[in-house]
Amino acid sequence: MKLENMYQEIILDHYKHPHGKGLAEAFDAEVHHVNPTCGDEITLRVSRGTDGKFSVSYDSMGCSISQASASIMFDQINNHDFKSGEAAVDHLVAMLQRSVEADEDVLGDGIALAGVAQYPARVKCALLAWMAWKDAAIQAGAESQLETRISIDSNKEQN
Amino acid sequence: MATLDVAAIKADFPIFKRTVRNDHRLVYLDSGATSQKPFQVLDAERNFYENHNAAVHRGAHLLAEEATDAFEHARANIARFIGAQADDLVFTKNATEAINLISYSFLNATLKSLRGADLPKGVERFVLAEGDEILVSEMEHHANLVPWQELCEKTGAVLRWIGLTEDGRLELSDPSLFNSRTKMVAVTHQSNLLGTVNDVPAIVKLAESVGALVFLDACQSVPHMPVDVVALGVDFIAWSGHKMLGPLGIGCLWGKSEVLSAMPPFISGGSMIESVSMERTTFAAPPKRFEAGVPMAAQAVGMSAAVDYLNALGMASVAQHEHMLTEAALAGLADIPGLRIIGPENSIDRGSAVSFVLEGLHPHDVGQVLDESGIAVRVGQHCAKPACIRFGVQATTRATFYIYNDLEDVDALVAGIYSAKKFFGV
Repeated sequence: MKLENMYQEIILDHYKHPHGKGLAEAFDAEVHHVNPTCGDEITLRVSRGTDGKFSVSYDSMGCSISQASASIMFDQINNHDFKSGEAAVDHLVAMLQRSVEADEDVLGDGIALAGVAQYPARVKCALLAWMAWKDAAIQAGAESQLETRISIDSNKEQN
Repeated sequence: MATLDVAAIKADFPIFKRTVRNDHRLVYLDSGATSQKPFQVLDAERNFYENHNAAVHRGAHLLAEEATDAFEHARANIARFIGAQADDLVFTKNATEAINLISYSFLNATLKSLRGADLPKGVERFVLAEGDEILVSEMEHHANLVPWQELCEKTGAVLRWIGLTEDGRLELSDPSLFNSRTKMVAVTHQSNLLGTVNDVPAIVKLAESVGALVFLDACQSVPHMPVDVVALGVDFIAWSGHKMLGPLGIGCLWGKSEVLSAMPPFISGGSMIESVSMERTTFAAPPKRFEAGVPMAAQAVGMSAAVDYLNALGMASVAQHEHMLTEAALAGLADIPGLRIIGPENSIDRGSAVSFVLEGLHPHDVGQVLDESGIAVRVGQHCAKPACIRFGVQATTRATFYIYNDLEDVDALVAGIYSAKKFFGV
């Protein structure tokens, strides 16, 4: 059954016990992204430290993939500088487009999201938190070095 | 009333010959989004292209005559299906465009009035002044909400709405919603999210008492139940072909003849004119006034074939069949622990759209597990976000039933939901 490829144990574990959920009081930028297909929503805040690293906090609602992905994003990107965080986002996008082999050093538990690539309708769910982070970091002054190869409709109601 | 022979009906729909994920049979419970098409519709469209294809209402040749005949025959046939005259039926690209046609008629009449233009008789009903009111309901599809929001923003009119009761019915107890400023009442016949069938006579009575026009979004009613526009007493209805076994890319607007005649055009260009000079243009009478450009003749022919197909089954039989499935679905779902129906929990004044949420399980995950067994449902907000907010849900899973569904499909849905609960351990 293919379903287990997407809903791996580790994904369900992040879904049921998300890491880092809850908004910090202080922040330099806040974004709100939605996935209108699902009704998934995330509010994400970043604070930029003097060392150039971004601390992340978020609150979100949504399907198991979007919630697990937000939890994994927190594990992988919190307190990273923009370059390293953006590289992780970019690698996730490439993995979901099946254009690279998943690299555990970059994505951590995020490699378990590889199964999502088989279900195009769920790719947006997996990307939601990561794209929100990138948007927030840029709003907090980071400069993007890479062209993100997939865009998601943020803050737009579509259906 | 005849009982539908679902096996015979299914045999008319080529899509049921294929299998879906993991070689499962297709359990299609998403007709509320779009219906499947019988070969009679596909053949009618193909026959048009193969044997009669030409641009209608143009050309002096045989094919143009045949194409025009086919197109106008389709119009008459579709109009008859809702108890209407052919001249009062306008083809649009979909129901959304039909609603925009009305809202833009209001806007265009208002703009022309502001410039002091000479307005033909009857147009004043479409002129909005600041503080005039448009009344919708909280259960509207975005297509019957956003165009009116836009119209209000542009004209200074005020959007008001009828709220919903806990069981998903219109809260019609506030009489002040219908007042002397109310110019337009736009509500759905049957909610695409909740399944509620609204009390149209009550709405018409309230609207008539204040002289407001009434538009009925019939996307979820015309495909599923007998609809007679004269008996309903409304001023307009709109619906689409693709939800009633017909092709994509065609919708219909029906309006009372005197109302359509008074409306300024929406999209302008060829075909919709009476006379054109470099200085000015006069417009054709309806329905052509609202059909600029070469129309979708093949789709009209296909939609007409869909009407023939439904007429042969009998719309009363279609409604009865869906009612039977809805009752079975509501009963089956009611037994599932942690499941909450969003909308009426009984089958009284209710269509076959059944929305639900499951405790601890997101609709997209439910839909994914169902899909793995070949069961196609819709998940999300169903273009009715305000109604989702009203019921405190982020999204729902929705099953909708049609002529090719049977009790086995209902059982598959119920079993699929139990599988989803088991898979996610809730």
